[in-house]
Amino acid sequence: MPHPETWLKVMPDGLFCEPGGFYMDPLRPVARAIITHAHADHARPGHDAVLASPETLALMDVRMGEGRAGAVQQALRYGEAITIGEVRVWMQPAGHVLGSAQVAMEWRGSRAVVSGDYKRQPDPTCLPFVPIPCDVFVTEATFALPVFRHPPAEHEIAKLLDSVSLFPERTHVVGAYALGKAQRLIALLRQAGWDRPIYLHGAQIPLCTAYGRLGIPLGELLPATVAEKDKLKGAIVIAPPSAIADRWARRLAEPVVCNASGWMRVRQRARSKGVELPLVISDHCDWDELNQTLDEVAAPEVWVTHGREEALIHEAAKRGIRGRALRLVGYGDEQEDLPEAAKTEPTVA
Amino acid sequence: MIAFAELLERLVFTPGRLAKVALLRRYFATQPDPDRGFGLAALTGELAFQAAKPAMIRALVEERTDPVLFAMSRDYVGDLAETVALIWPAAPSNAGPPRMTEVVQTLISTPKSELPFVLTGWLDASDASVRYALIKLITGELRVGASARLAKVALAEVAEGRIAADEIEEVWHGLTPPYTPLFAWIGGSGPRPDPAGAPVFRSPMLAHPLEAPDIAALIPSAFRAEWKWDGIRVQLVATPLGRRIFSRGADDISGAFPEIVEAMAFHGVLDGELLVLRDGQVAPFADLQQRLNRKAPGAKAQRDYPVAVRLYDLLFDEAEDLRPLPFDTRRERLEAWYARHSPPRMDLSELIPFTTVDELSVIRDGTRAASIEGLMLKRGDSAYVPGRPKGQWWKWKRDPLTIDAVVMYAQRGHGKRSSYYSDYTFGLWREDGELVPVGKAYSGFTDAELVTLDRWIRNHTTNRFGPVREVEHGLVLEIAFDAAQRSNRHKSGVALRFPRVARVRMDKPAIEADQLDTLMRLIEPGAVQA
Ligand SMILES: [Zn+2]
Ligand SMILES: [Zn+2]
Repeated sequence: MPHPETWLKVMPDGLFCEPGGFYMDPLRPVARAIITHAHADHARPGHDAVLASPETLALMDVRMGEGRAGAVQQALRYGEAITIGEVRVWMQPAGHVLGSAQVAMEWRGSRAVVSGDYKRQPDPTCLPFVPIPCDVFVTEATFALPVFRHPPAEHEIAKLLDSVSLFPERTHVVGAYALGKAQRLIALLRQAGWDRPIYLHGAQIPLCTAYGRLGIPLGELLPATVAEKDKLKGAIVIAPPSAIADRWARRLAEPVVCNASGWMRVRQRARSKGVELPLVISDHCDWDELNQTLDEVAAPEVWVTHGREEALIHEAAKRGIRGRALRLVGYGDEQEDLPEAAKTEPTVA
Repeated sequence: MIAFAELLERLVFTPGRLAKVALLRRYFATQPDPDRGFGLAALTGELAFQAAKPAMIRALVEERTDPVLFAMSRDYVGDLAETVALIWPAAPSNAGPPRMTEVVQTLISTPKSELPFVLTGWLDASDASVRYALIKLITGELRVGASARLAKVALAEVAEGRIAADEIEEVWHGLTPPYTPLFAWIGGSGPRPDPAGAPVFRSPMLAHPLEAPDIAALIPSAFRAEWKWDGIRVQLVATPLGRRIFSRGADDISGAFPEIVEAMAFHGVLDGELLVLRDGQVAPFADLQQRLNRKAPGAKAQRDYPVAVRLYDLLFDEAEDLRPLPFDTRRERLEAWYARHSPPRMDLSELIPFTTVDELSVIRDGTRAASIEGLMLKRGDSAYVPGRPKGQWWKWKRDPLTIDAVVMYAQRGHGKRSSYYSDYTFGLWREDGELVPVGKAYSGFTDAELVTLDRWIRNHTTNRFGPVREVEHGLVLEIAFDAAQRSNRHKSGVALRFPRVARVRMDKPAIEADQLDTLMRLIEPGAVQA
């Protein structure tokens, strides 16, 4: 049985499956790409042939504009297997955002799984992560330090609603990435009984509409028209993280600036962004979930794409799992229009 | 402890004063006795127990975590207490986190040797937010950015208008945690707690700034004039039960000025200005700053920066409340009192004779001593009333000095201003053509000017360092300030007192801004700021 090292290679453009002739989440335009999910750092425009889940393809079209998300698109449903070159390929949910998938590959009896970005907390807007036993598991390590333990998202939503009731004259503006985080936040608010309209910054509208089209109901959503400042008193507004502490948010009624991100666990992060109410809601695994996943897939070897790989590899080694840092640059950059000054910081949600 | 930890977490991130009061009000209104009283004591720094050393906390966490992962985490998070709160391995039990009361009472009564055991149990039973509050409390590092004054304003709100914050102030220093009688009074179920001879703070009488229209209406014969000194306003309270020095904001600062406390061999309440005084000469504020920075000054600090109190007013003589009496009568009483006691390290604020407002105006303009901010005008018939009653006392600051300086850096402000570049570092030209920073200003402009300034900063940024933007040398601000003092800490060699923006000079080319030399010539002879 060939070791995955011999057929799954780190190239300048990303991770390349040689016997299948395709890249996964390549950083530059390539002939054949499999895309794990539609976030900007994983799904880039300009590839010739793109294979992805039907939801990911739809979200890529919304994000990039029709025609730019692959000259030829091929949809692959979760659990359906196909053969590309000499490689059997199938996908399973990654639990990260709608359509997010892990890519499983098998060649001559050797199996590798590329998980993309993933999480284990329940999320009403996407299917839960399915562990796939394998020989090599390729993982991210965004929050791979034992200080990152995400509280239940419901707890953070309760914090937000409590603040809305304490400050009914103010507008709560929540920073959340336009793809995945925003919709999860809305769905969690609905689950918690918030049935009033939720207001959206213009940049949030297209993807929320797309989620609706793809069968994820989000309730009544209205554009956060600045002219109607008074109407937004006591309302919840969702905006890109880059807009919450800037000129756009100034025009709201005494905004309570909130931000939904795993980074909000660290006070200095929240403070430097001028956040008044940090909400620890992440679409990535925390430390315990990463380690739980390594145990469940039971791979003897783990490759770490990006994040705090040193800590995860150190912890895995204690359980006899061999770790390898791929040091793929270009991932973990999901921030949209981030001001220059903040670009030196890690920017994954 | 859960409600307290949640309150703490929100206070830390909340910039607005009103929002802080709302958070405090809800905490006091919803938490039971005596938890809320101990919470209040923790917030106002009134809890007395021996703080644990960070080394103890570190030892506990090192027993439970992988040293490599702990080191990485500590590097990443920075703060030790926060790292420990986040990394502490969960040990689910039925116990639940401790109550505030249990924590405080245990900390007061537990011998130090048993503390690690007790703390471990608490940390095991808590979540990250409670663990953080616990560690900060135990190590004596609970800083929340909510002053004691805000807590009292919030308490007054709980009383729904029946009791003013100033009234709470007047009983406050006679009370001890967990303040059960105070909460009963606020809740309407108990009488006003009687301070009964305890050395408590009285809310001070404050002055309005004198503006042009007020000057025209001023009747000179009705007013008395005194110098307005650049020190800190203090209240000296001495009763048979103790001696206290309070700041204007009701902070007990007795510990920082032991030589004054020692000199308070009388029973009464006095209002005055704390100053560094050498041979009768008032030193620049920077000297006093040296003392304010020290909680417990050594012999050297006391010798190098000798403090004294210049007395303005007598509020209580023995137990007799003089506050309802007119100023003139209180002044006579003050002079008689001073002659009788002649306490060391205290002198009388001099009354400045004058007959016309014009004469007063000349006196005001004639003072250039850095230690004088201007004049105080007090109605001769004014009773001593807490707060700022209209038309009774005026402060008439002398005209500020000004320079035209060039903006070099800008930083985002706080709270409402966090989306604006509202803090400006400005500089002056040196002979060799280099621009040297001389100070920072973040006030003095209108909201409309702020919008203009913010836009200019964004459009002329040349470099960014985190929240700071470096800008082109193209914007001139007229900076007003009260005094210039020599300083070794600043690259320019000069420090400004109260710099603020007087005018935005969009019209003025940067090259025509002032030279550093011009400012150096305005420096007052006097002590060097370290
Ligand atoms: Zn992602
Ligand atoms: Zn990513």
